[in-house]
Amino acid sequence: MTQIYDIAIVGGGIMGCAAALRLSAGGMAPVVLDQGDLGQGASGVNAGTLSLQIKRVELMPYALKGHHEWERMGDAVGFHKTGGYTLAFTAREAELLHERQTLKAEAGAPITFVSPQEVHKAEPNLAQKVVAASYCPEDGYANSSLTGQYYRGQLRDQGIAYRERCPVTAIEQGDGFTLTTPNGPIRARRLLLAAGAWLNPVAALMGVDLPVQARINTVSVTERMPPLISTVIGHATGLLTMKQKPNGTVLVGGGWQGRGTPQEGRGQVSAASVMPNLALAQYALPALAKARVLRSWTGFEANVPDFYPLAGALPGVKDAFVLGCVRGGYTIGPYIGGLMGDFILGREPELPLFDPARNFNEETA
Amino acid sequence: MTEMCDIAVIGAGPAGANAALVASRHGLTVTLLDEQPKPGGQVWRAKSAAILDAPSTPESVAGGQLRQHLQNSAVTHLGDSRVWQIEQSADGWVLHLLRHGQVPSLRARALVIATGAREFVQPVPGWTTPGVLGLAGATALFKQELALPGKRTVVSGTGPLVFFVAAEIRRLGGEVAAVITPNSRGDWLRALPAMARRPDLLMRGARWVADLMLAGVPVHWRHAVSEVEGNNNVKTVRFRKLGADWSPKAEARSVEADSLCLGNGLIPAVETAQLAGLALEHRPALGGWVPKRGADGETAVPGLFLCGDGAGIRGAASAEIDGQLAGLGAAQHLGAETAAERARLRPSYTRAARFGMAMTALSIPRKGLAKLTRDDTIVCRCESLTYGAIAAEIAGGAASTNAVKSGLRAGMGACGGKFCQSTVARMIAQAEGGNEADVPPPTARPPLRPVPVAALAGDFDYSDLPIPKPAPL
Repeated sequence: MTQIYDIAIVGGGIMGCAAALRLSAGGMAPVVLDQGDLGQGASGVNAGTLSLQIKRVELMPYALKGHHEWERMGDAVGFHKTGGYTLAFTAREAELLHERQTLKAEAGAPITFVSPQEVHKAEPNLAQKVVAASYCPEDGYANSSLTGQYYRGQLRDQGIAYRERCPVTAIEQGDGFTLTTPNGPIRARRLLLAAGAWLNPVAALMGVDLPVQARINTVSVTERMPPLISTVIGHATGLLTMKQKPNGTVLVGGGWQGRGTPQEGRGQVSAASVMPNLALAQYALPALAKARVLRSWTGFEANVPDFYPLAGALPGVKDAFVLGCVRGGYTIGPYIGGLMGDFILGREPELPLFDPARNFNEETA
Repeated sequence: MTEMCDIAVIGAGPAGANAALVASRHGLTVTLLDEQPKPGGQVWRAKSAAILDAPSTPESVAGGQLRQHLQNSAVTHLGDSRVWQIEQSADGWVLHLLRHGQVPSLRARALVIATGAREFVQPVPGWTTPGVLGLAGATALFKQELALPGKRTVVSGTGPLVFFVAAEIRRLGGEVAAVITPNSRGDWLRALPAMARRPDLLMRGARWVADLMLAGVPVHWRHAVSEVEGNNNVKTVRFRKLGADWSPKAEARSVEADSLCLGNGLIPAVETAQLAGLALEHRPALGGWVPKRGADGETAVPGLFLCGDGAGIRGAASAEIDGQLAGLGAAQHLGAETAAERARLRPSYTRAARFGMAMTALSIPRKGLAKLTRDDTIVCRCESLTYGAIAAEIAGGAASTNAVKSGLRAGMGACGGKFCQSTVARMIAQAEGGNEADVPPPTARPPLRPVPVAALAGDFDYSDLPIPKPAPL
């Protein structure tokens, strides 16, 4: 007799695992399935920035809650609250910075504007070309490489079933759901799709068309360097994020685009993106010139046309749910995964979810 | 700056250089890239300027001839060039290079990858002590600098390389304290029929062994180095008798020495092929994971060809002909008629490949050798990770090389996993009760070699920064 789980969760990233933990705590028996290893998609390859300065205004309450979740996970995920500066190097960038960070501060982020002198005092190795900057003491980072290790440990500790390298190739709905995998069929009463950039093909197995697209973000890391910066550095245009890890390596991101599609594998690094990304990093932090880049990689950041989350019932399929496409998903993921668990358990979530049946071409929330 | 050519060849060893030469004879423009200043690869490495008068060896003669052929050909040789990224374009390939502190790119209609091999060393306690170097690393010292690893050296490892290194140390005036090899005399006898296909190479090997015997150098068959002692330098090398599957048996004996050359066979260097988009398959007889390829270097990706030890360990003699076949394959792809030429080459390739694969079979470590690694032995040198730490991560559920890399940083250091990944994969396979074929290497990431930020930044002008539409508020 095969086991029937209370819920099958397709996608073992932060959101799928966080939902599984909440569901298990609420008395359900979930099984988490991933086509690869746990936490190796966007959850495990993003730059790990936890910055309120790059969160959407409407999502700020979720981001603030998310920060607390990361702080709670602490050392096990390499969490560091360092504070963070967002830099403007031109008058136009300063204007952009002011306009955007003011709205984010109004939404509840403790963001203030600081003078170039203050930036220079706090981060003397930054280029003395800063014309304006904002600061948020809540900002910091975690080590996204540890996502898989962390959640694998959590699932094991809670006795939650999970299957890695277990792609779902078909889903049938009759009395509950039957998922076809290379390791045999898996049966469950409910279904949660949390497959990130792979949500579209996974939902298509149920005949649902989710308008999910993916950005292909590039991240690079240098060899170990002597201490250069102690906070998380951003850029008014969003084209740079930079932090130095305790081991001395400097991680550089900024949403520069690689090539490929989620269906084709891991995506490829584009030299035409890496070069200006690192050039901008060196412009902001001249001492980086001597560092060698050891590795660049890409991750798929899923989104829908209105850039708000999918979090709720899967349209047209009873007992099925979907969670993903959260802008700032690394920061918000552990929190919204819990909200999703509450929703499936029939509880009122602490903050509202985002109906996947909405019209994506209108402003929501 | 972007240059354009018909065929780009990565790697100027016997395979790549021969691929370049034959393709060039068919009137195609060929650029031959290598990270060393001169062609020849590891096996036919060129002498440094300081030792040009040194006596010739078969390797220096073969390398010298190759360099001469290249000089007389229309091939453009671009030494000191490291490929750090490969991208496919509509009309072929774009190679991103690191050369003299800059990052020029090269466009090519077809690409031949001939990146060769690297050495596998089974970690034993003390293997990171100064004075320990790889067998293959030692040959680079002899060929380029005529330098010796030390005054009194233990030479240990599998296959023919251990005898070559010992013979070279003696020829250059050094002392070989002992030769220690996991192979037995019986292993060598069983390889004789395949070796007889290349009597020239067989004779050369026999002369190395005879020289060692005559000189009274102790040769410990079916033994392996089990521990290296010494703080700042090698002092004592301990070694143990092995069983049939090369599990260590009996008490260790020891020999005093100031240096140790240690190697357990070669592994195809496949990261370049992975980045170019080739899938891998597990072929233990060829040294482990190799990119899939068809006849004459052809691959599943049109315009991408593969040859030499990077396609499976078959040795230098085979690589020369394999390179010619792949070069002709690439020329055919670009419209030249090379079928007859390739048909003529195939029988000699088959002979040489059989010889090479017999040597590979002798060199591949058997399962028991892994037991030499102990809990506190460093496995990942870059991040100082011990066998025990990696075993604990695997016991905690990390069941792929990518998962171990993410959780522990094994493979995230400067070497990019070149030293530790074979050991890590074997540990996972053993823990999961499965097969090494179920544990592929981690995802390959660029750059293939570290690239300075200053080189990538070039003469960046801030005003050229493409400012995107701001992210949604």
